[in-house]
Order: sequence, then C-alpha cells, then structure tokens
Amino acid sequence: MDVGAETTAAGETPGRGAPGGDTGGGVWRFAASVGLRLDSGARLSPLEIAYKTYGRLNETKTNAILVCHALTGDQHAASVNPATGRPGWWNSVIGQGLPLDPDRYFIIATNVVGGCMGSTGPASTNPKTGQPYGLAFPVITIGDMVRAQAMLIEALGIDTLFAVVGGSMGGMQVLQWTADYPEKLFSAVCVAAAPRHSAQNIAFHEVGRQAIMADPDWRGGAYESQGVRPEKGLAVARMAAHITYLSEPALQRKFGRELQRDGLSWGFDADFQVESYLRHQGTSFVDRFDANSYLYITRALDYFDLAGQRGGVLAEAFQKARGVRFCVLSFSSDWLYPTAESRDIVRALNAAGCRASFAEIETDKGHDAFFLDEPQFDRALRGFFASAAQARGL
Amino acid sequence: MTSPRSKNGREDFAEILRLVRPGARVLDVGCEDGELLDLLTREKRVDGQGLEISPAGVSACLAKGLAVVQGDGDRDLDHFPTRAFDYAILSKTLQQMREPRHVLSELLRIADQAIVSVPNFGHWRMRVSLMARGRMPETRALPDPWWSTPNIHLCTLRDFTDLARELDLQVDACAALSGGKPARPIRPDGLLENWRSETALFLLSRRAEDRPSAVPTNLFGEVALDQPNPPPGPRRKPRNTRR
Repeated sequence: MDVGAETTAAGETPGRGAPGGDTGGGVWRFAASVGLRLDSGARLSPLEIAYKTYGRLNETKTNAILVCHALTGDQHAASVNPATGRPGWWNSVIGQGLPLDPDRYFIIATNVVGGCMGSTGPASTNPKTGQPYGLAFPVITIGDMVRAQAMLIEALGIDTLFAVVGGSMGGMQVLQWTADYPEKLFSAVCVAAAPRHSAQNIAFHEVGRQAIMADPDWRGGAYESQGVRPEKGLAVARMAAHITYLSEPALQRKFGRELQRDGLSWGFDADFQVESYLRHQGTSFVDRFDANSYLYITRALDYFDLAGQRGGVLAEAFQKARGVRFCVLSFSSDWLYPTAESRDIVRALNAAGCRASFAEIETDKGHDAFFLDEPQFDRALRGFFASAAQARGL
Repeated sequence: MTSPRSKNGREDFAEILRLVRPGARVLDVGCEDGELLDLLTREKRVDGQGLEISPAGVSACLAKGLAVVQGDGDRDLDHFPTRAFDYAILSKTLQQMREPRHVLSELLRIADQAIVSVPNFGHWRMRVSLMARGRMPETRALPDPWWSTPNIHLCTLRDFTDLARELDLQVDACAALSGGKPARPIRPDGLLENWRSETALFLLSRRAEDRPSAVPTNLFGEVALDQPNPPPGPRRKPRNTRR
C-alpha cells in the first residue's frame, strides 16, 4: 500500500513517569490519496493516527510490539497522559523490568480510528463541511481499526510485528490482526476479550448510548459546533459501564454498604460510598472522552463477531495463523468477557491447528484486572514473552 | 490432574523420552508444571503442547515458555483436531479421568500414537496389602488414603490391555516401571507381569485400517460448542478377551 505520509511531533520529550529509554510518536498524517477503506464500504480521508512509541526499533526491525487499547484507552499506554496528567493505562505491564520492557522491545501504541485522542474520529473536521463530523462520521469496525494500524506499522517500515497485544477491545483487535494479517505477526496476546459481542455486551452498550443521546446537550451529535457537551449523558454511560468492569465481590470488599457521612440523608445525595465512587468515575470521564467517540467505538464493539464473518466457524478465522504463537488470558471474575469466551477462542485455535497457550487468572477484581498488578498475570506475560523472544532471537 | 508423577515418576519420563521421535508433535495431557514437556523440548526438540487443569501448573508451564492450555482432559480433548499430533501423552493420569475409555479413544483420534502409563492395581504389593490388612492399599505407587485419592478408575495391567483390545488399539510397546529401576520391556498380557509391574507404560496406536483421516474434520462452529461431548465413533463389539 502506498503510504505517502508525514508525522508531526516525532520524538517528543519523555513525560514524567516515562518508562525510561526513548519515547516517541506523534500524529501520522496519511496522504489524502491514501485514505482508509472501511468495512461499511465508505472511505475515510484524510486519515490521521496518533501513536506513541517506547524503546527503539532494532536494526533487523524484529522487536516491534503493537499494543492495542480498550474502549476508552488511548496511545498513552506507558507515559503520562497529557489530558489527565495520570500515568499510562498499562504502566503495570510496560516499563523497565516489566513484561514489555522498552529496553528490549520497540513498543507502539496507537489511538484507534474513531477515537478522540488525536486519531481521526467524529470530533475531527469533516473536509466536506469544515465542521466536526459528528454523526456524519462513518460507522467503523474493529477491522477498520486494525487496518489503520497495519497502515501505520507499514509506514513505520515494519514488516513483521514481534507481537500484537491488548486487553478487552484491545484483545479483539489482536484477534482481528491474527485473522487479517497473520503473515505480519510472530505472536499474539489476547487478554480478557471475546470472539464476539454477546447480547448482554450489546445491551449494556445500548444503555450507555441511550444515556448520551437522551442528554439534551447531545444535539443530534452536533454538540461541538453548538458549544455544548452531553456531559450528563456521557457520565451516566460511564457509570453503567464501569460496573461491568468490576465484580460483585470487589465492589463489596471496596465499599460494602459504607456511607459517605454519618447517617442517611433521607434524600438522593450520594449516601453510599459506592455511589460517590461511580459519580466520580462519571464526571472525571467526561473531561477526557468525547461522547460521539463513545457511540462509535461501542458500535464497533457490538458489530464485532469474528466467527460471524466466516459462516459461524470461529476456527476459520485462524486458518492462516498457524505460524503465530498465541497466548489467551482471562480473569476468573470477569463477567463482561467471561472465561468461557476465551475458551471458545482457544478451542477454535486448537481446531485450526494453532500453537496456543491459555490461562485463567484467579482474581476477584473483574474485567479491569488486566490494568492491575496481578502477580499471576505478570508471570504469564513474562513467561510467554520470554520464550517468544528467545524463539525470535531477541 | 494432580498425579504424583513428578515425585516418583522419573523412570516414567526417561522411558517416554526414549520412545518419542525427535521433532515430533506432542500433546501432554495433564502436563502439570511442564517438566516432561520441557525435557522433551530440550532433548528431542519436539513441538509440544500441554493441557493442564491447575492454575499453578499452567503458570509454571508458561514461565518455562511452553505452549499450555488450561483445561480438563475429560472435556477438552474433544476440541482438538483429528491427528494433530504424533504423540499424545497421558502419564499416570488415566485413572483420574471420569471417562477413561473415552479419553483413551480421543487420544488416538488426536494423535497417531498414545503413550499412556498407569499404576497397576494388580501389583503384588496391592494384592498383599488388601489381603493382609483388609483395607484399601496404600503403597508407594498409590500413596493416598481412599478418601483423598484422586484415582477414581484404577485398573490392573490385564484390565488395561482388555480395554485397549476392546478399542481395537495396537500395543506397539509395553514396559514395566518399578520403584525407580530402569524400564523393563514386558508382554502386556503376561500373567506374571500383572503381579510384578508396579506401573506399566504403553505405546499405543490405532490399527492402520481404523486410522481416521488426517484432514481436520472437526472445525467446529457455534453449534458444535453447545455439545461438549459429541457422540463417540462407532464402538466395536467387545471381543472375548478371556483366555
């Protein structure tokens, strides 16, 4: 593919809490002639992909790892997020002495197409109108996100990734990579994900979308040009979704029925600590995330069905990936993408004759456990990457 | 699959190591911490895959860089394609399976040959212990008391060979393992061996005419996933095995 392109702000100064070594990245602007072919049939142009890199690409270009983010993640995987001032979302995995060590690997994290952290998304300017796209932005899929990443990887001059790795929606991108570009992968790590969005997954997302669209400030998606934002709707969407990222025992352990102050208010203030926590999750989210992006990315997740694209036979998706070393990890208390979904992936991998490892990590911390410091998770990643690196001669 | 094989199964490993062809594709069912797979990978450069139920075992395998799937030999073998491996290994685990007959049959669908070792309940120590004490034997091969043993389907050497015959499996090799001594080739239907062998190790294969096609036929979709136990293939009428 022809990727006449340029990048800006390459080689940014490492932020506080940077994982050491070199930190780079910026926004890759693809030439207008390139554009992104979308699964919907539409074409997205101009296309910009925001990305960060950690570490250095070796001379043979064999040590590149692509890290894929979850629904509300971004490219700031292991360095301070400029929008929030908070550390990277995968600081527990990427860093010196951690499973993904920038001293050893060249780690690339992108913001997905449709996102709101620098990649082309619904808040970007529509070249036809000069206004933000809003709902004129085409519906995107996990496949589109991966296609854009593949374009970036090629633009960076990398033929084969040592690994593609991600959790939740990032894990779905990993699966899509193995289906669409197996020849460009040496290994793939899919964490806390599923081969399709279940009815329950879609149902929760629909609640979130309806909350956003019910906010009068949403303005049919054109809020940006009217100087308002559907903050209340987006906050409610986040609150509902956040519950699905935790687990009943974790919520109970953390909050129980503890009150904010002594006694009940006999009203509808946040009496319980769990209410206050959720409200905080909601309000802090609206500062960093775009409501329309939330609609588009949740839609992309709902449309994801790797088997559905292949006559219902999941193993078909992995037919060409026999040369890829797979690692599939799930968390025992994850009820958003439960272990059974990961087992489906593993069985399909076995049926397709792929080399796969699978472990269920015991934890009560729910879906979001993959962001946290879980010793068994850490050990699994370390073991897998160490042996894959050895096989790759790194 | 908490067989005590790594405690007293060394002789078992040595014999398996001897039997496996270099560079072969190997599935180790109930691979525990991956000790055997690791050995096979290093010494025989096999393309190995483990199946292990315990989280600790899976972690240990991953740390060793082995391909391992957390799963249950009783349920998850059905999902492997036909003749995906050269060898399927089941080391001192068959007696812990809920359905040993089905497992054995599956091993030889998945792989061309199966290496199976079983503690022999017909060993003289078992017989003497039961005779003399009138209690369930607790021996060095089967050290657990009846109420905590993971072994739910114990058999004798003769029982096992009967089952293999019933499944129309061919015994390509058989060795007796006793208390750390080197493996001793035996005739599996030898009456005396049923007294003398503490543990027996078999190399089994399907007869050529029974061998399923190597083309993966069980690429399953959503529908097959709802049937974790597809009906087994046509079973042969048990032959008269008494002599």
